[in-house]
Amino acid sequence: MEKRALFSNKLLPYMLLVPQLIITLVFFYWPASQALWQSFLLEDAFGLSSEFVGFENYRTLFQQPEYYRAMVTTAIFSSAVAVLALSCALLLATQADKKLKAAQAFKTFLIWPYAVAPAIAGVLWIFMFHPTLGTLARPIKATGVDWNPMLNANHAMLLLILSATWKQISYNFLFFLAGLQAIPKSVIEAAAIDGSGPIRRFWTIVFPLLSPTTFFLIVVNIVYVFFDTFGIIDAVTGGGPAGRTTTLVYKVYADGRLGGDLGGSAAQSVILMVIVIALTAVQFKFVERRVQY
Amino acid sequence: MAGVTLDTVRKVYAGNVEAVKGVSLGIEDGSFCVLVGPSGCGKSTLLRMIAGLETISGGAIKIGDRVVNEVEPADRDIAMVFQNYALYPHMSVYDNMAYGLKNRGTPKDEIEKRVKEAARILAIEPFLDRKPRALSGGQRQRVAMGRAIVRKPQVFLFDEPLSNLDAKLRVQMRVEIKRLQRALGVTSVYVTHDQVEAMTLSDKLVVMSGGQIEQVGTPADVYRRPETRFVATFIGSPPMNILPGKVEGPGRVSVGGQMVNVTDMREGLAPGSAIEVGLRPEDVQAGTTGNSTLTMDVDFVEELGATQLFHGKVAGAEFVVQASTGQLAADTRSLTLAVDPQNVHLFDPQTTKRLGRQI
Ligand SMILES: Nc1ncnc2c1ncn2[C@@H]1O[C@H](COP(=O)(O)OP(=O)(O)OP(=O)(O)O)[C@@H](O)[C@H]1O
Ligand SMILES: [Mg+2]
Repeated sequence: MEKRALFSNKLLPYMLLVPQLIITLVFFYWPASQALWQSFLLEDAFGLSSEFVGFENYRTLFQQPEYYRAMVTTAIFSSAVAVLALSCALLLATQADKKLKAAQAFKTFLIWPYAVAPAIAGVLWIFMFHPTLGTLARPIKATGVDWNPMLNANHAMLLLILSATWKQISYNFLFFLAGLQAIPKSVIEAAAIDGSGPIRRFWTIVFPLLSPTTFFLIVVNIVYVFFDTFGIIDAVTGGGPAGRTTTLVYKVYADGRLGGDLGGSAAQSVILMVIVIALTAVQFKFVERRVQY
Repeated sequence: MAGVTLDTVRKVYAGNVEAVKGVSLGIEDGSFCVLVGPSGCGKSTLLRMIAGLETISGGAIKIGDRVVNEVEPADRDIAMVFQNYALYPHMSVYDNMAYGLKNRGTPKDEIEKRVKEAARILAIEPFLDRKPRALSGGQRQRVAMGRAIVRKPQVFLFDEPLSNLDAKLRVQMRVEIKRLQRALGVTSVYVTHDQVEAMTLSDKLVVMSGGQIEQVGTPADVYRRPETRFVATFIGSPPMNILPGKVEGPGRVSVGGQMVNVTDMREGLAPGSAIEVGLRPEDVQAGTTGNSTLTMDVDFVEELGATQLFHGKVAGAEFVVQASTGQLAADTRSLTLAVDPQNVHLFDPQTTKRLGRQI
């Protein structure tokens, strides 16, 4: 059995927690409460005065068709990225788990994208796919597709999905690989002797045993697409064309920073926060029920 | 049912590690064959080659009349019980046992019949709905056995299946495995490093060392007539005593100047040449019956309950005598041991091979 460290000093454990608690307070609870407060205020155009307006900001928000469109965009974007990033990473991890000679090089290579900042990743992708400058745009155009992510919303979305996925694969890959390596070799061997071929073995043994990792990654990926893709969107499409790639998070920024609507922007942040908390709670509930063995 | 035949089987791992160096062995249909040897001697490797979990670097393995070198594990018609049981953690006990049958497209009612039957034999019926993590080590062991028997394979393979159990449970499961194998009549290959398990379970005992077979035979044969000094000291507990000696003439050797008569001795050994004299602790008695005796200085006594072990020296070499408790006074300082010529084993000090009569 594991041994636990026991503190005879009653104060010490709390002391050790203090830095973490302070960081959480300063960088999460304080801004969160600020946003909550802000969302009930209406500020004049010059930012000189503000008055308390209750739920007015929320009411205006839910009357905007753009807000609903951002929701749909977010749903499409996040599910596409989560599904793509998870399945590609799982595929790569199963390959790396095999005893390949090049496995080490393969792993290192795959981890690099994670070290690239989102905005830089976005710039990289724009360099490759810019309709006139992009190195890869030309071959695409050569196939007869009128490639233009600057004007075509579908192209823009595709580009965003690809770049956001590309960045998230490394992270998922590492977790999947660790998960795969934690499955005892003999269990796989027993299944092989039990007449289960590689594909069947994957779906009946490996995949179920990986499910804790998978569920964890689903949560992380969704939170990632909700918040961390901001930099990529800003660099690649800036929410356009015509606001068609504006996700909820990007809209917070666009309305607050660019549009000067601080109250509406704060209201959106609060809603976003509630969505993510709810999503996480539901997923963990689900995880607890499903992922037991 | 089918036997297993190994023909100069070799295994070379990456980095030129030769784990199995040309092993030939015939395992008769329905017999219980135990591979025993010290850690790292290549037993598991050999077993895993029979299972198809390791590629075969040289030679051929046959199950029945079929060479299986290139056959997938699933198609070899074998079942294996692993040391850590390798149960599927996310499946119930029932599903663990049914998995192999489902994969082979066995009808549902047939699966149910076979799983229930196996569960009854192994007394795990109450646990069929549980997950493996909710079972004790012994119960998991039974499930692993159950998973092997429901498939009704040609060959059972066991890799140290009892080594994670406590001593008492191990003895109990050992008996059960033997009984089950008898009842089912399935050819079995069993790997262990425990020589008691090896002796009690096997019809055919294979002693291995350094990737090679040292000796093959019935447990009684191997015990009575060890072919090498390695086998002599590996099989039997406490191990056989080995004393330095000298050839005196046909049927006669000496140990530290004391004459010992030997029944099983090679003819034509040059008098005066060095020889190793092996005596089992349980084969020597205190007393002067017979015409050979050895004197022993006793250092200390170990109490084992029913028996006592007297540790000391004979002719300057370590020596152990096993005697029934109470037979000898515990404060004995010196012993005269009667040696029955039948019980003396001779080995060549260079080749370590037995110097018995040629048969
Ligand atoms: N994958 C491998 N790569 C290289 N060498 C290996 C590999 N597996 C085993 N060996 C080596 O082969 C030899 C035999 O190993 P094996 O597992 O068959 O021993 P064993 O007799 O089963 O021992 P134990 O009783 O400890 O299980 C050992 O020296 C081991 O180091
Ligand atoms: Mg082993």
